Amino acid sequence: MNVLAIDTSNQPMSVSIIKESTLAAELTVNVKRNHSLQLMPAIDHLFNQTGLQPNQLDKIAIAAGPGSYTGLRIGMTTAKTMAWGLNIPIVSLSSLELLASNLLYDSCLVSPFFDARRGNVYTGLYRVHHGDIDQVEPDQNIDMTSWLEYLKSLGEYVKLISSTEHGFQSMVSEKLGDQGILVGHSLQLPRAGLLGSLAINKEDEDVHGLKPNYHRLVEAEAKWMEQQQKDS
Amino acid sequence: MGEIMSSEQNEIILAIETSCDETAAAVVKGGKKLLSNVVATQMDIHKKFGGVVPEVASRHHIEQITMVIEQALDEAGMTINEVDAVAVTEGPGLVGALLVGVNAAKALAYAHHKPVIGVHHIAGHIYANRLEKDFEFPLMSLVVSGGHTELIYMEQHGEYEVIGETRDDAAGEAYDKVAKALGLPYPGGPEIDRLAQIGKDTYQFPRSYLEEGSYDFSFSGLKTAVINKLHHLKQKGAEVDTENIATSFQASVIDVLVDKTYQAAIDYGVKQLIIAGGVSANRTLRDRMSERFKDTNIDLMIPPLYLCTDNAAMIGAAASVEYHKQNFASLNLNANPGLTIE
Ligand SMILES: [Zn+2]
Repeated sequence: MNVLAIDTSNQPMSVSIIKESTLAAELTVNVKRNHSLQLMPAIDHLFNQTGLQPNQLDKIAIAAGPGSYTGLRIGMTTAKTMAWGLNIPIVSLSSLELLASNLLYDSCLVSPFFDARRGNVYTGLYRVHHGDIDQVEPDQNIDMTSWLEYLKSLGEYVKLISSTEHGFQSMVSEKLGDQGILVGHSLQLPRAGLLGSLAINKEDEDVHGLKPNYHRLVEAEAKWMEQQQKDS
Repeated sequence: MGEIMSSEQNEIILAIETSCDETAAAVVKGGKKLLSNVVATQMDIHKKFGGVVPEVASRHHIEQITMVIEQALDEAGMTINEVDAVAVTEGPGLVGALLVGVNAAKALAYAHHKPVIGVHHIAGHIYANRLEKDFEFPLMSLVVSGGHTELIYMEQHGEYEVIGETRDDAAGEAYDKVAKALGLPYPGGPEIDRLAQIGKDTYQFPRSYLEEGSYDFSFSGLKTAVINKLHHLKQKGAEVDTENIATSFQASVIDVLVDKTYQAAIDYGVKQLIIAGGVSANRTLRDRMSERFKDTNIDLMIPPLYLCTDNAAMIGAAASVEYHKQNFASLNLNANPGLTIE
């Protein structure tokens, strides 16, 4: 199976091509640049490297969020339109689950997170165990203080992993002490090669209906709903 | 030779437009023939917010984009393989909204080895008219919408010279703000136009012509005059005659638009005058322009209503000119919210 996998959820951009079910090429760029400029040239580069043509793809995999709204839009639009245009299946994976999967062969709790500004994070809780991953707490948007207190209350060692810049280093050690650690050494970056591999056995999704999981309402919508509740 | 010429003139362009709150796709043949024109409007979604919320618009574009493209191809009875190029609005517009169209166009074109053409939204509004009738140069265009009030002079296809533009609010923007002050539902423009058919120009608001010989526009003074008048009436406890306010405001806007456009058309000796953009749906503007140009030998072109508002057919029509110039975008084409036309 040949798969094109894309993650542009946050500052790192990662794209890969799985050829005959094996990772053939992967490109991860972690600099502040515009994904809308970079993504198609990167995809083109991968096709050149692997000698594949777009019409030889069997599947497209996309990291569907949460993350930066703009980043998610660029990746999701590209993935959806290409899958629809080639008439091939599309599968999506939570951007947080993808990141937690970096530790797939460990055996522990993993809390992936992205900075969501003003002390908030997008996060969730997963358990990895010798190649399997299970979700313990759903992906959500929450303030980091409450989240760390929750993790502490579990009384279990947890690995935290974040692909975005954040200012939570000292808060993590203060709140969790030796009950947790922040993953580093580039293991905290998303890898589209992993996304593509995980996608092979994932079920197809409806291409028209697929959209990013923002995990946050637009402010105007939230205000409008609040007003509706007040009125009724 | 003749055969080659005709096949070259009959290129098929799939066009995409997502610059504001309409997700649109169309198939256009040879820049003049409309094969399909699909518009998914978000009007009802933004109504409850009293205006377009950019983030909401961007999110809806993603949900609509592949369905709208599919429908446009289906209605044209085509597959993507039969398309010669994919065109898309590159700017100006809302950046998050533009990004959806631009990335969809690039992905589709790349998957099928087709060229991509980036189109200026206003060039699209002008070229909407070519789907009705061919251009005769030189021509002048008045582009009036919620974001634009511009006089654009053209000596040939694909060459645009902005000779006048608004220095503050666009005409459509002034309509929306006045409508809001009058407590009218969004979108305010059509509502003001409707009320203006009933009322009288009793308030005599100022007409801003700016300095002698200028083709520029300014509508913020007028907008302020209307809002001040409303405050004043309210303070006095006097009744506000909404219909007369609407008529007086609209008379002031349209007097200036008609006079300046007429002057520009005469000064530049044009053969055609095109009225384009969302505000060209305005009945009074259409009537007054027709009346003013009736006794000239300038051919006045106003698009049918469905081509006035944002659509992708107009993007396909404008792209045809770029297709023949082989003016293709590269893989790093980006949304450009502040794109200029010249
Ligand atoms: Zn427009």
